[in-house]
Amino acid sequence: MQAVLILTVGILYAAGIYMMMRRSIVKLIIGLGLLGHAANLLIFTAGGLRRGAPAFIDPDQSAAALAQIADPIPQALILTAIVIGFGVQAFSIVLIRRVYQVNGNDDLKHMRSTDELGSNP
Amino acid sequence: MAATGVHVLLLCPVLIPLLGAIFSIFGWNRRRYQRTVLVVGMALLLAAAVALLRVVSAEGIQSVQVGNWPAPFGITFVADLFSAIMVLLGAMMGLAVAVYSFISIDVRRESFGYYPLFNTLMMGVSGAFLTGDLFNMYVWFEVMLISSFVLLALGGERAQLEGSIKYVTLNLLSSAVFLAGVGILYSVVGSLNMADIARLMSARVTEGIALTIAMMFLIAFGIKAAIFPMFFWLPASYHTPPVAVSAIFAGLLTKVGVYSLIRVFTLIFVQNPGYTHGAIAILAGFTMICGVLGAAAQMEFRRVLSFHIISQIGYMILGLGFFTPLALAGSVFYLIHHIIVKTNLFLVSGVVHRLQGTYQLKPLGGLYKRHPLLGLLFLIPAMSLAGVPPLSGFWAKFILIREGLELRHYLLVAAALVTSILTLYSMSKIWVEVFWKDKPESRVFGGAPIAHRLPRIVWVLYLAPIVALALCTVIIGLAAEPVFALSLRAAEQLMDPQAYIEAILGGG
Repeated sequence: MQAVLILTVGILYAAGIYMMMRRSIVKLIIGLGLLGHAANLLIFTAGGLRRGAPAFIDPDQSAAALAQIADPIPQALILTAIVIGFGVQAFSIVLIRRVYQVNGNDDLKHMRSTDELGSNP
Repeated sequence: MAATGVHVLLLCPVLIPLLGAIFSIFGWNRRRYQRTVLVVGMALLLAAAVALLRVVSAEGIQSVQVGNWPAPFGITFVADLFSAIMVLLGAMMGLAVAVYSFISIDVRRESFGYYPLFNTLMMGVSGAFLTGDLFNMYVWFEVMLISSFVLLALGGERAQLEGSIKYVTLNLLSSAVFLAGVGILYSVVGSLNMADIARLMSARVTEGIALTIAMMFLIAFGIKAAIFPMFFWLPASYHTPPVAVSAIFAGLLTKVGVYSLIRVFTLIFVQNPGYTHGAIAILAGFTMICGVLGAAAQMEFRRVLSFHIISQIGYMILGLGFFTPLALAGSVFYLIHHIIVKTNLFLVSGVVHRLQGTYQLKPLGGLYKRHPLLGLLFLIPAMSLAGVPPLSGFWAKFILIREGLELRHYLLVAAALVTSILTLYSMSKIWVEVFWKDKPESRVFGGAPIAHRLPRIVWVLYLAPIVALALCTVIIGLAAEPVFALSLRAAEQLMDPQAYIEAILGGG
């Protein structure tokens, strides 16, 4: 299971970076989303994969029971990161829509005016 | 219950802007009300920051466990001297730029949420300075970033949107790396509390993995701080929004990156300073040179200033790279000096734009003849930035260069000195083009709208923050000793992680 997830994380990172290298801003945003998912899945995998027991322990149970359950903290982290990622994605989608309206195309090649010498914003 | 008072005080820098944001959202579209909320909030924030610095200075590191969960489990807020100084600087810039934005932000932006966003931006900045928990720091970064995204794009001009695309992309990339770094660090150490991580780091993490994680953090914070190979987003975006937004970004946002770098590389990643800090010092050298050479080529007021942010970040990181108490004191001093000066320069550029309608250096001119006071007010921060004695920048550079000579890093010292001279070159370029030369015939460059006379109240609101910040620069320059003593104490605290760990986790 772990190997599958590790491979998935790797593929997500690769796909995300590949998408970001494209010139279309739509693909750029999709790439950023994929990177976010890759990071989340990475934390999930790194937190340890265990199944079968819920994260509650009776006070009289021994420390051995602790080894049986999955650590809930990575999941809490991912939940927070997903919510933040959702907000950021929503913002970026609106942003690229506005950029498309103002610029008339979605090609990053036509968005270099702020980097050029002597530009006049 | 004196302790409770301190606890509340420690949370104030986050709570005050939060309340400010809530109150101003309820008064949507009522500009006068929102302005009042903002300026009162920023004044309270400044008062709280001063009080916090006094307490921390007198009684040592303060911490509070939110929700009363004991230390490694709950979320911790910590103020050591370095955090308290940064919060104070943040509050000063917040107040100065708040006053300035009343006359420089147009009605449309004011009606579409400028003031609530300004508050949330300040909340994110203060939170990032005060948190003692790595994941919590990620969350504050996001609070700050999302506010800055909207502030940058608000208004929807073409240049702003193009700048936003670059800014958003690279900052989100940095957040993704930061998040992955936090996740991996948690999986090997089993804690997110920075003090706890620092305690467990050497026992639980092998050197190779520690180095890998350290590099992830260096990339993540390096993008935010705009250090050498990762600074391209900054000059592409900082000159596009209204000048008040540029000014607060220039003063605070990259400095949050510098703060985080200094925090994690003095507290957590100190296993192999020869390698990690050596790398940081080399990056610092490249950052200084690249930034200043970029600035030399520019002929646009705010783009020159943006490139100088990069070169100045190099100096701050250089102190971290040397990794001695005196060098870190230099970094802290540099941060104090730089935040004030850089914000002020952007504020001056806004007045120039208001008077002559452009940021391009070529069509500007003749301002010294008409407005000698403005010329003086530009000259003070500009000369301070270049490091002319007796202004604040001289002492900041002096400390770093002296320590560099002591440590025999001659190449880095040479880079710092060359950067300083080239800074003087670009500042005098602005001085000559904007203030000294006669205004060129307008038919050559097309007729820009020129406002020779501004109403008195506009002048007062423009100049009040600029004069206040210029005075700070002069005072820091003339009375460098107490500021330096404070920086040195902050640096000694940073170099002694044990005290930090004990203040949070208790004696164990």
